[in-house]
Amino acid sequence: MALIEVKNIVKTYTMGNETFYALKGVSLQIDSGEFVAIMGASGSGKSTFMNIIGCLDKPVSGDYFLDGKNIVDTKLDKLSEVRNAKLGFVFQGFNLISRTSALENVELPMIYNGIPAKERTERAMEALKIVGLTGKEHNMPNQLSGGQQQRVAIARAIVNDAPVILADEPTGNLDTKTSYEVMDFFVNLNEQMKKTIALVTHEDDIASYCKRIVRFKDGNIIKDTQNNPIKGGSTAV
Amino acid sequence: MIDFLSTFKMATVSLRVNKMRSILTSLGIIIGASAVIIMLAVGQGASVKIQKDMASMGSNLLMISSASVTSGGVRMGRGTKPSLTMKDALAIEKNCPSVGYIAPYSSEAKQVTYGNQNWSTSIAGTTPEYMKIRDWKINLGRNLSSEDISNMSKVAIIGNTVANELFGDLDPIGRTVRIGGVPFKVIGLLESKGQNSMGHDQDDFIIIPITTGQKKVFGTNFPGTVNMINVKAKNSDSIYSAEEEITELLKKRHRIGKKQENDFQVRNLTQMMETMKNTVKTMSLLLGSIAGVSLLVGGIGIMNIMLVSVTERTKEIGIRMAIGAKSSDIRIQFLIESLLLSFIGGILGLIAGVTGAKLIEFFGSMTVYISSFSIILSLGFSGLIGVIFGYYPAYKASLLNPIDALRYE
Repeated sequence: MALIEVKNIVKTYTMGNETFYALKGVSLQIDSGEFVAIMGASGSGKSTFMNIIGCLDKPVSGDYFLDGKNIVDTKLDKLSEVRNAKLGFVFQGFNLISRTSALENVELPMIYNGIPAKERTERAMEALKIVGLTGKEHNMPNQLSGGQQQRVAIARAIVNDAPVILADEPTGNLDTKTSYEVMDFFVNLNEQMKKTIALVTHEDDIASYCKRIVRFKDGNIIKDTQNNPIKGGSTAV
Repeated sequence: MIDFLSTFKMATVSLRVNKMRSILTSLGIIIGASAVIIMLAVGQGASVKIQKDMASMGSNLLMISSASVTSGGVRMGRGTKPSLTMKDALAIEKNCPSVGYIAPYSSEAKQVTYGNQNWSTSIAGTTPEYMKIRDWKINLGRNLSSEDISNMSKVAIIGNTVANELFGDLDPIGRTVRIGGVPFKVIGLLESKGQNSMGHDQDDFIIIPITTGQKKVFGTNFPGTVNMINVKAKNSDSIYSAEEEITELLKKRHRIGKKQENDFQVRNLTQMMETMKNTVKTMSLLLGSIAGVSLLVGGIGIMNIMLVSVTERTKEIGIRMAIGAKSSDIRIQFLIESLLLSFIGGILGLIAGVTGAKLIEFFGSMTVYISSFSIILSLGFSGLIGVIFGYYPAYKASLLNPIDALRYE
């Protein structure tokens, strides 16, 4: 069964008197364990699409089944719970909370989940260990390099055991070498931790890590192809 | 629902980062809370002092004294011509139903000697009822008796200061002192009362029977007159009727015409206390309004800075929402932050207020009284202000759309 299934999704924005169609009836199915690159020029609708499957935004019409449940009519506060339990976010600008240590940033999803403090710390330490940041737990975001910050963000995305990771241009602010290192983590998350990953990018070399490439243009999907992923980013450098 | 401790920790982060801003924001609350403390400390201190003064003066007390007299158009000072007599006192006792106790009173400063010790003090001639009127107690020995009055006994009750000056450590009871050369036997020692509100030593005097005083001690050109008549009304309700009855009676006895000024004066001490209490009330009201205004201004300041904080941290709010914060979680976080801000202000204000009250006590020689009630009140008020004025910014934060908030730079 599909983990993410969108059917005929339409999203419009009103600017003055004009109605702008960001998504013109998009349908897509992502199965558990997939690693999908979402590509397209800016304004193609890929970010709007990501916001909708990230439960941050609601479509004007259409259905969205996440883990078998239609969440189009779900209330906002319930969506917070869905995001917390099912989705992990990684953003282009890292989006760590400043003046808050790496450990506390990783603990955050569990705070909103009501997990007791002791277990929270243990799990956050474990997640930081997975992304190779043991010893940096108490560093503030501004004491970490871009790659390290993104790894903290990845740790935050996986700490709540969410089955889906949504990454919005995770390498956009990183240099090539660091980008490949970060992509290695995504590959590991997909292969070893069996996470389903949807990753927005407009760089072909980043997309080449993924198993499937979906291309957006003018609010529609114009291409949906399987890809034979390259193995291990570090070898590509 | 997220646990309180985590929210609390999150709220402290931004306050710690913007230390200076936080303290400046709290300033209004600091001033307000300290004004609350000082207001209550001064107000309660004053009323405690008034009550104490009242207790040492005796309650429901009326003091009748000679008024000024006019002689050939010249108004003389009060008591120039003593107009009150022992007979007036007897008449009041007989004819005024609202009067509980009555004691005529005359006094004069005299030299008192015992052996080779001598001391100048005030000699008060009065009757046994005086003790009841002033609510005074005999520590050692006995009070005057009505026999002492009628027999003109040469007996004396002495105050603590007099006892110390004349006898030192000796037991004064039964010893004979000479007052203006006349020997008196000490029969009682008064309980110590310390200083009164004017700083006058209330233990530095001797009480003797008024009849003995008039005959042997006081030199007066007007035989049978007394300086003062002290009256205790039956109870607090009858004090005003007692005042009326006495005025009526004395007018008749002294044959005062309708257009003539009274040659006596009735002073109602309860009334004086009421006036003093009202003054204190006015002062408390003034401090209270200062407290109210600064708490209000402080509250607006908190609201202002919280709105700034919400705007500054729009992105943070977006991140929190994206990873699972409900709008209620955001609201509570900002609410706790403003509550904390005002509560810290309240605590600093409490310290400032207590310090201020102590300074007033030290330099203004006023009695202050800091009650736990005033501490709870000022802290409670500042906390309340934080919640009331913090609610709107917190509500505004909770309404943010996560997508817009995430995009905010």
